[in-house]
Amino acid sequence: MTVLAYRSETVDGGGLLPSAAPLQLIDADGQAGHNPGGLRLPDPEVLRGLHRAMVLGRRFDTQATALTKQGRLAVYPSSRGQDACQVGAALALRDQDWLFPTYRDSVAVLTRGVPAEETLTLLRGDWHCGYDPYQYRVAPQCTPLATNAPHAVGLAYAARLKHEDQVALVLLGDGATSEGDTHEALNFAAVWKAPVVFLVQNNGYAISVPLAKQTAAPTLAAKGIGYGVPSLLIDGNDAAAVYAAVRAGVERAAAGGGPTLIEAVTYRIEAHTNADDATRYRASAEVSDWLERDPIARLEAYLTARGLLDDAAAGRLAAAAERLAAEVRDRMNADVDVDPAELFEHVYARPTVNLERQRAALLAELAEAAEAAEPAR
Amino acid sequence: MSAVSAVSAVTSPTGTGGRGPRASASPAGASPAGAFPAGASPVTMAGALNRALADSLAADDRVVVFGEDVGPLGGVFRVTDGLAARFGEQRVFDTPLAESAIVGTAIGMAMNGLVPVVEMQFDAFAYPAFEQVTSHLAKLRNRTRGRLALPVVIRVPFGGGIGGVEHHSDSSEAYYTHTPGLRVVTPGTPADAYRLLRQAVNCPDPIVFLEPKRRYWSKETAVLTAEGPPIDRAVVRRPGRDVTLIAYGGMVATALEAAAAAVEEDWDVEVIDLRSLSPLDEETLTESVCRTGRAVIVHEAAGFGGYGAEVAARLTERCFHYLEAPILRVTGFDIPYPPPHLERFHLPNPDRILDAIARLQWEGDGA
Repeated sequence: MTVLAYRSETVDGGGLLPSAAPLQLIDADGQAGHNPGGLRLPDPEVLRGLHRAMVLGRRFDTQATALTKQGRLAVYPSSRGQDACQVGAALALRDQDWLFPTYRDSVAVLTRGVPAEETLTLLRGDWHCGYDPYQYRVAPQCTPLATNAPHAVGLAYAARLKHEDQVALVLLGDGATSEGDTHEALNFAAVWKAPVVFLVQNNGYAISVPLAKQTAAPTLAAKGIGYGVPSLLIDGNDAAAVYAAVRAGVERAAAGGGPTLIEAVTYRIEAHTNADDATRYRASAEVSDWLERDPIARLEAYLTARGLLDDAAAGRLAAAAERLAAEVRDRMNADVDVDPAELFEHVYARPTVNLERQRAALLAELAEAAEAAEPAR
Repeated sequence: MSAVSAVSAVTSPTGTGGRGPRASASPAGASPAGAFPAGASPVTMAGALNRALADSLAADDRVVVFGEDVGPLGGVFRVTDGLAARFGEQRVFDTPLAESAIVGTAIGMAMNGLVPVVEMQFDAFAYPAFEQVTSHLAKLRNRTRGRLALPVVIRVPFGGGIGGVEHHSDSSEAYYTHTPGLRVVTPGTPADAYRLLRQAVNCPDPIVFLEPKRRYWSKETAVLTAEGPPIDRAVVRRPGRDVTLIAYGGMVATALEAAAAAVEEDWDVEVIDLRSLSPLDEETLTESVCRTGRAVIVHEAAGFGGYGAEVAARLTERCFHYLEAPILRVTGFDIPYPPPHLERFHLPNPDRILDAIARLQWEGDGA
């Protein structure tokens, strides 16, 4: 009698295992990649779009880091170095798809179309999520690691139940793959054949802890087979590869093929946040090595060599990036109005009696303080 | 005091036992004393919850029911019995065994327009989902300035009294009531189980719906309707003049037993069933306690840092000048839930409640 119905054809791999080396379409010198695997090189127009978004995103990122030093942002977790992942992921989505970002994915959020000021509301600190998730189909940036993964699976599965063509892309880091929610989400997605793409940006460190202390798996992509999820290991500094891999995952999901796990090997050039000191846990030579694999420089070299980018276009793009930075500075340097009464809004659909009482008490306290502060007549 | 008009009869085979059927008053009932409402039939609490789920699924295409063993098995307590067969596996389905993902995917589904009603198999098995409940389910409306509403219902069989081995009998309500953004409700009777669950499914806020598992098999003859007291109101289950006995969930029937026995001591006990633990209906409580001047709060959960402490503090703030005695609590001990052969020493029972009432500084007590 057969008690357990294993899918024996998948136990020996069944096409689920990733390649041993990262797939690459464009190498660090801007030449054709050495290991394209099955990835399809995006059209020139898409490549130009990836380059443009990376240049804008990099400028946004460095401006945001600068604003923390001026006290205008409470904190900023930079994604510098991960530009290809940020931009490739966001641009590979179709309009109806959803992005589930983390706190380090501000550039992906921006690239998806969320205005800079709304993107930075969380980090400026005048509210939590500054944008309307439904307007951009971008979930609130998620701070507790991997907890956004089951959300993406649920949203995607709901689309399937409603017979709507919609895919969810969830962004994770290497550290997040150790969290239980990553495991649960991959498993649920596989069992439900939910239209989800999991993109793990393996930037080498979970704050200070290197990957070697995070996992004993040969690669993070190799974990996919345990769930019956096909996986890809890609060069995360190659925007063309990131775009092509995510796009393939989206198309597969939309066609009813279920989830895909992608590990993009990349590097976090900055510290974890402006409050972190990366020299305590990594050597500067390592950072220099990765600076030579810069995602923007390689795509720029590729486009220039093929006549897809000239000095005039590069100049216009640089000017656009400066305009974006100026806009971010202007918006963030303006003092924000906060309304203490809003503290009691949005807790429930309608404020409870208890909350109405507390709001009245706070407003009375503020009115009393304001009156006391007025000069005597 | 006189006998309360009984519109419904609640029997409790798993209660303290040996005392037989108890009468309970339904303030919403308009029927003449002793008569059952037209169309009433006997139903258990599990049966009433099953009917509420079926009627919710039938009324609204957006409703989906999922969790562990809720499909063909119908749930370990049979609350989802027959639903998968009737509504199909697109609407009622088993999930892999992982509570965090059950709640996490429910959040994603609610973001995409569905109304998920999920089951946690037992109170203590809901803890892996705690982060999803507290950091996301409870907060996402607030974090997004009201743009993301999450009408999710998490059903949790809770409390003891069924002889369950460890991790099957926790009273976890205070973990949830301490979390702003969540509603926490618990029914005390079969008819109210139906009403509260229908109301919960229709509510735009996320709800932890605590089902007192020791009362799953208690029976009541009633017409099941979603009409009646709104989701956030407490009800007076038994009017009285001398002392207010405040209970919820599985302790409502125990409180009513104590109130019936108190007649012999000449105490006219009012019993309030809180129904909604968060938000708390302070108005109904305050009116009652200011009138009676005495209050006892009953719950199974440990007393220290427990839900009763919040009720006692609020009533002290609001009713201090009307109080004849300190507000007392009758609760479980401050211990991990005991093994089956010892749980009877731990759980509040009518005798312990009567002892507490006796300590409320009655006139004529020796000074």
